[in-house]
Amino acid sequence: MIMSSITNTSRRNFLKMSATISGGLFLGFNVSDADAAGLSILDPAEVLEGDIVFNSYLSITPDGIITISSPNPEVGQNIKTSFPMIVAEELDADWATVRIVQAPLDNKRFERQLTGGSGAIPHSWERLRKAGATARHLLVEAAAKRWGVPTSSLTTEKSKVFHKETGRSLTYAELATEASAIPVPAEVRLKDKSSFSLIGTAVRNIDNPDIISGKPIFGLDFYREGMLIAMIQRPVSFGMKIKSVDSAAAKAMPGIVDVVQFKNNVAVVGKSTWQVLKARKMVKIEYEPDGAIESSADHDRIFKELLDKGEATQRRKDGDVEAAFKNAARIVRSEYQCPFLPHNPMEPMNFFAHVRPDGVELVGPTQTPDLARNEAAKLLGISPEKITLNLTRLGGGFGRRLKADYVVEAVEVSNILKAPVKVIWTREDDMGGGSYRPAVRYRFEASLDAQGNLTGYRLRGVGINAGNCTREDNFPSGAVDNLLIESVEHKSPITIGPWRAPITNFLAFAEQSFLDEVAEAAKQDPVAFRLKLLDRAKTSPVGAIKYDIDRMKGVIKLAAEKSGWGTKKNLSQGFSVYFSHRSYVAQVAEVENRKGKPVIQKIHAAVDCGIVINKSGAEQQVRGGIVDGMGHAMFSNLTFKQGAAEQLNFNAYRLIRLKEVPEIDVHFVDNGIDPTGLGEPALPPTGAAIANAIYKATGKRLRNQPFVLQEELKGVKLGDRL
Amino acid sequence: METIKNSMPKYTLQVNGKPYEADVDADTPILWVLRDHLGLLGTKYGCGIGQCGACTIHLNGNALRSCNVPVSAVGAGKITTIEGLSANADHPVQAAWQEVDVPQCGYCQAGQIMTAAALLARNPKPTVAQIEDAMQPNLCRCGTYHRIREAVVLASNKMK
Ligand code: FES
Ligand code: FES
Repeated sequence: MIMSSITNTSRRNFLKMSATISGGLFLGFNVSDADAAGLSILDPAEVLEGDIVFNSYLSITPDGIITISSPNPEVGQNIKTSFPMIVAEELDADWATVRIVQAPLDNKRFERQLTGGSGAIPHSWERLRKAGATARHLLVEAAAKRWGVPTSSLTTEKSKVFHKETGRSLTYAELATEASAIPVPAEVRLKDKSSFSLIGTAVRNIDNPDIISGKPIFGLDFYREGMLIAMIQRPVSFGMKIKSVDSAAAKAMPGIVDVVQFKNNVAVVGKSTWQVLKARKMVKIEYEPDGAIESSADHDRIFKELLDKGEATQRRKDGDVEAAFKNAARIVRSEYQCPFLPHNPMEPMNFFAHVRPDGVELVGPTQTPDLARNEAAKLLGISPEKITLNLTRLGGGFGRRLKADYVVEAVEVSNILKAPVKVIWTREDDMGGGSYRPAVRYRFEASLDAQGNLTGYRLRGVGINAGNCTREDNFPSGAVDNLLIESVEHKSPITIGPWRAPITNFLAFAEQSFLDEVAEAAKQDPVAFRLKLLDRAKTSPVGAIKYDIDRMKGVIKLAAEKSGWGTKKNLSQGFSVYFSHRSYVAQVAEVENRKGKPVIQKIHAAVDCGIVINKSGAEQQVRGGIVDGMGHAMFSNLTFKQGAAEQLNFNAYRLIRLKEVPEIDVHFVDNGIDPTGLGEPALPPTGAAIANAIYKATGKRLRNQPFVLQEELKGVKLGDRL
Repeated sequence: METIKNSMPKYTLQVNGKPYEADVDADTPILWVLRDHLGLLGTKYGCGIGQCGACTIHLNGNALRSCNVPVSAVGAGKITTIEGLSANADHPVQAAWQEVDVPQCGYCQAGQIMTAAALLARNPKPTVAQIEDAMQPNLCRCGTYHRIREAVVLASNKMK
């Protein structure tokens, strides 16, 4: 039912059993932050002794099945396919015989068992390669021993070792047991990257068969005999707390087991989802203020105040920006603003918890199993070791499942009722009481000299609970003599959280749109203008440069070339480039002006994420990121009135749909650099590429999101292409 | 209230060619009958108000958002869920989904497949515009739309 129903203890038994009864090769290995030196690979002999100290493993059984455990949560980023591909590449395994299992949480040995920050692949690349190479080494040694030939005379391919001179071959399956008796080497040789045969190809999502046949693999699909369903009424308004609860009517409803209050929540617990849903509506709760009760109109006002306020946190300062503005031939000044956004993964939040006297069982979808377990332990005042956590597949995350609030709720309700409980959020719960991408406003100012050179650059960002809503070392920092970047935060009861490409998901739009405005004021082509600034940063850098100038130039040039920048007759093109989460993405959007209506026809993307592991998955990540960036920039809007979210479901909150999606061409830079992350980097540049193209097509500059609600596009139906 | 409690109607549903009994309130949406009572978990909850398509099933061959249709409205209608679309996940739409490698997180895909299958049953050779119209009710938060479009075209070609 779930991807891995093996607890830590039974996994131990499982390993011992299969190892002793059926033979084969077992290789445990550790992938952990703590182990900065890299990978420690454990001798199969140690594994057999039962003293298992690894968090991931690779096994080859005598029947030829190669199993690789995938430690990170699968949220749709395709990690469950790409991780094992890396191991299989170095192992020279026949992909058709590789099985992948989702490893349960092992927080002792594995400190980066999370999905977030586009970091899983860059983090584990080297370690996974070494694991595969080590297994291959042992198998080759075993073959050499059996045949009495030097290992240098042997080659491997498709799960077989070959001795070309004599035409002999042995399968990994035949060698596995012998290989397990050979000591693990201290060093192994990794493949030359140019000889990769699996990495870089298109490999289908390993879970497709389960997905397309409707197998119950998601958290919401987890059912357990005797399990109760709980839904929680959280305060409708941020800044409110419970004054009184009348749950008599709800308790009397059919199928309801109990209605309990904890903290600011009322949980309705019953036997079936629909009964609980209905009963929850019968709970009468009175609230009273417990902090600021804010509306979006307040935020608009607060933003303006904070932008003009004297003090702010200085994030970066180069040269003398005041002087630059005083001596400017021309000053460009613009402000950009975005709304709050809910994450809206298609699978709403849910988690199963069973708190028993002897331990706690947790099952569900989380991007951070470790955090979830620790917070559950903290709540119960027990040691995390008493808690097992099994991961299901995640029906999307986008950062929402980096928070453990919904896991802790399940633990809380199970603890109160002393019963196995699954907490389910409705879509309304998700959009109304979740955690959001913060609303932010930016003010940009740029000074130009008489020749159109950028002499000064000033950015102040203000955000609701957004912390530092700038990324002060981003381009064009380093390319401008005089620069000042500051941020101001407004504290609010509205909860925020990391949302795919935190901060840069909107900052990139603002920065790259503003650069377009500056290029225009300087009477320069937007692409040439950016390249010139980068050349400037290269030849005479100002302060620290935290991005790779050549890689950025690389994607700019590739996007310009592939899109035929500046050569399209009937299309207006908009440009944008961004560095985030270690990778570089440039995009060109093409907009047709159809009788005053801008129609987005195509987006070209040039991506430098280093080596592409899985062509199919990588293309999905880029297209998905662009669709995500485009949809939210154009349509999505979450506002607050008296502390309550005003859009609670998809009838009031617009997500992009199939018809509105243009053609997207994806081009990867082939530079052999170790992989640098792809879950997020494609999203940030999209909004600006589109807005810059719309500006060229219509002369209307979009500075706020979502585009559909802007005065500039009044009366224009944005979206349809056909 | 009490009378409702004591006289819960019993429904016999035809799902994937088999009869199922369900002891549920008359207003229970088909979605939750399938999931909570019949153990058919392939049909997903996404919004509960007919706006996302995650819960798409077939009722007498037509695509239906099962989240806001009460069980009492089904009568003797024939329900097909993703589990019953084919015996071995080899319906042309499912085969095309695998071939094109459509899913990311996968949560919306059962609904997408059911919508596409209903379209092709009715219109085996749809135009791109007809495909877009038919698929418009189904949200995919991961943004797999390009491949959905491609896979429907492929499935249509497979169906001849
Ligand atoms: S759950 Fe039925 S349409 Fe969204
Ligand atoms: S694949 Fe994730 S919502 Fe469609």
